Amino acid sequence: MSEMLTTLEQTALSEYKYGWVTNIEADEAPPGLNEDIVRFISAKKNEPEWMLEWRLKAFRQWQKMEVPRWPNVTYPDVDFQAIKYYSAPKQKKTLNSLDEVDPELRATFEKLGISLDEQKRLSGVAVDAVIDSVSVATTFKKQLGEMGIIFCSMSEAIKEHPELVQKWLGSVVPVTDNFYSALNSAVFSDGSFCYIPKGVKCPMELSTYFRINAAGTGQFERTLIVAEEGSYVSYLEGCTAPQRDENQLHAAVVEIVALDNAEVKYSTVQNWFPGDKEGKGGVFNFVTKRGICAGVNSKISWTQVETGSAVTWKYPSVILKGDNSVGEFYSVAVTNNRQQADTGTKMLHIGKNTRSRIVSKGISAGYSHNSYRGLVQVGKNAVNARNFSQCDSLLLGDKCGAHTFPYIEVKNSTAQVEHEATTSKIGEDQIFYCNQRGLDTETAVALIINGFAKEVMNQLPMEFAVEAQKLLAISLEGSVG
Amino acid sequence: MLHIKNLQARIEEKEILKGINLDIKPGEVHAIMGPNGSGKSTLASVLAGRSDYEVTGGEVEFNGKDLLELSPEDRSREGLFLAFQYPVEIPGVSTTNFIKTAVNEIRKYRGEEPMDAVEFLKKMKEKMKLVEIDQSLLSRSLNEGFSGGEKKRNEIFQMAMLEPNLAILDETDSGLDIDALRIVAEGVNKLRDGKRSFLVITHYQRLLDYIVPDHVHVLYKGRIVKSGGKELALELEERGYDFIKEELGESVEA
Ligand SMILES: Nc1ncnc2c1ncn2[C@@H]1O[C@H](COP(=O)(O)OP(=O)(O)OP(=O)(O)O)[C@@H](O)[C@H]1O
Ligand SMILES: [Mg+2]
Repeated sequence: MSEMLTTLEQTALSEYKYGWVTNIEADEAPPGLNEDIVRFISAKKNEPEWMLEWRLKAFRQWQKMEVPRWPNVTYPDVDFQAIKYYSAPKQKKTLNSLDEVDPELRATFEKLGISLDEQKRLSGVAVDAVIDSVSVATTFKKQLGEMGIIFCSMSEAIKEHPELVQKWLGSVVPVTDNFYSALNSAVFSDGSFCYIPKGVKCPMELSTYFRINAAGTGQFERTLIVAEEGSYVSYLEGCTAPQRDENQLHAAVVEIVALDNAEVKYSTVQNWFPGDKEGKGGVFNFVTKRGICAGVNSKISWTQVETGSAVTWKYPSVILKGDNSVGEFYSVAVTNNRQQADTGTKMLHIGKNTRSRIVSKGISAGYSHNSYRGLVQVGKNAVNARNFSQCDSLLLGDKCGAHTFPYIEVKNSTAQVEHEATTSKIGEDQIFYCNQRGLDTETAVALIINGFAKEVMNQLPMEFAVEAQKLLAISLEGSVG
Repeated sequence: MLHIKNLQARIEEKEILKGINLDIKPGEVHAIMGPNGSGKSTLASVLAGRSDYEVTGGEVEFNGKDLLELSPEDRSREGLFLAFQYPVEIPGVSTTNFIKTAVNEIRKYRGEEPMDAVEFLKKMKEKMKLVEIDQSLLSRSLNEGFSGGEKKRNEIFQMAMLEPNLAILDETDSGLDIDALRIVAEGVNKLRDGKRSFLVITHYQRLLDYIVPDHVHVLYKGRIVKSGGKELALELEERGYDFIKEELGESVEA
């Protein structure tokens, strides 16, 4: 806590802290999207023929699809022909070790507080760093490899483990699932791949850091996590982007598969550039994240802290197919100034005795709009399905909005679905009480919102929790008083 | 310590304090009594700097500083503490965490380093004993679901932790059972060290049996209309406020 407060003090203005641009010669595609660009990306990455075919198929499907209009957000149409679909930080040769990572790139990650240095590593966190769409370094690979764990970039997985990629890629989020998943399938340039073999409990947090750097580029990562029978992994994802006047597009796809008795915990701290006070610039974050509890007694848990992006459109979901499987969604979404977020989850109960839990905490300030959209679906064979949803909104000021759209579809009469929702305002009384104990208003607000979000913050691994607390405080600076 | 001169304040066009004069010297305990709605909590809030109230006249000097010029948090950091009549709840923030933040904010203002964890814990233990408050209460969210008495006791605990120069207790005794009343009063008495001053707002003489005041004031319709020693409280207990009204020449209904 006290650490958080000092950070608040240090950051005098509520300016985006991660808004620098790294100057590395980029190796990029010209703007626009057509089959040639798809071929260019695939060729750049020396991909096998089957991968190119997969991409081309996706591209052709995408051309027939329409931009979704149903989310409760408004933004100018994205010109998909103005975006560059490939941008790789230029590196002279293939790297033999982490010591060879471009010093400037290394400095970028140091600034983000991520150490690529295995000696000075974060305590027990393996990192895959993805800058503009390309994975630049994966730490701890060898140690993990000895346990049979595969943790590498997606490009590498396509080459080294084609049978796994072919088996699982697109199995949870089909190419045609939605407009952005189709786009991602056609043009994704990298991402992380993670495979935990049968019975292995991954001994460290696996972490990917995404950063958009080059101007006018879209970032389309693809993440695939497969947890075999009886395995366990906790996976962390962090995101930042430089401050720019124009909007940047981020359209990722994350797929998780949990087989019998497997457990996957996926945590995100999303801090893409949110745009300035007037709403200029910022990242459009259109992400498809879905996991399938394919096996019995399996568990998938999503935890997200969303503070960035100009527009967020994101519903990490769980398909509860295996009997007795468990899905969880813990979310804190903060919107300030002109930010808009439409986020939530889908819990699809298919197997017997499946359980899901949704805890959503929305915090809105400034002129922002924050919507929770959640679907709980209980299929006709999902005997004894249970869901509990808690959606709380906290408002700062009276110009922002909080909205809740819970959808419940139950086809089995033994299901128990509970939904609770509250909306509150940070009261003058609470702030005055804190002031009277020597806390200034910024500190008071930070304390109150961290209290409000506590149930979700508690789900984060320690390394992330502190960072997330700071982020909450920073993103709301100057929004009260 | 505290000099209030002709203090006037209003809320939403309504004149509530109509010229308060009060002097509190270091180490003194002053009690303020008065009927409901006479302006006691308003006085406490204005001194603590609540922005709903508009000060329309007068001066307040606290430790040689112009109190009315200071922000509410700086008043606190200068050593002014208010035990609220209705303490607020802050969900998800433990009392321990809250007090730690408060202690360190005040230390920072004084140019001191944050208190280290060991020292903080030691101090917590010591003060917990003083007001006989349970550890389990302090790990719960601040005041959330606390009983009325627990909230009041928590206020006194915070006072003990923050060691103010001047503590204003706004009806800290109401809602307390007999034992709690004694514990809270003893806690206050232990904090009387000849330098720390208290302004105790109460309706009941009973509290003043435990916390013996140097001066007792009657606040009525926004003015201090009578002051005296501790025997004034006894007199009020016996006779009610009617005799004051009579003295003021107001008609009293039978
Ligand atoms: N927000 C407000 N708007 C209008 N009037 C107010 C407001 N707050 C307080 N008052 C009025 O100011 C007067 C003084 O209130 P105050 O709370 O100071 O009384 P008190 O002496 O503390 O009473 P009690 O013994 O009941 O606690 C009351 O008449 C009250 O109704
Ligand atoms: Mg009162």
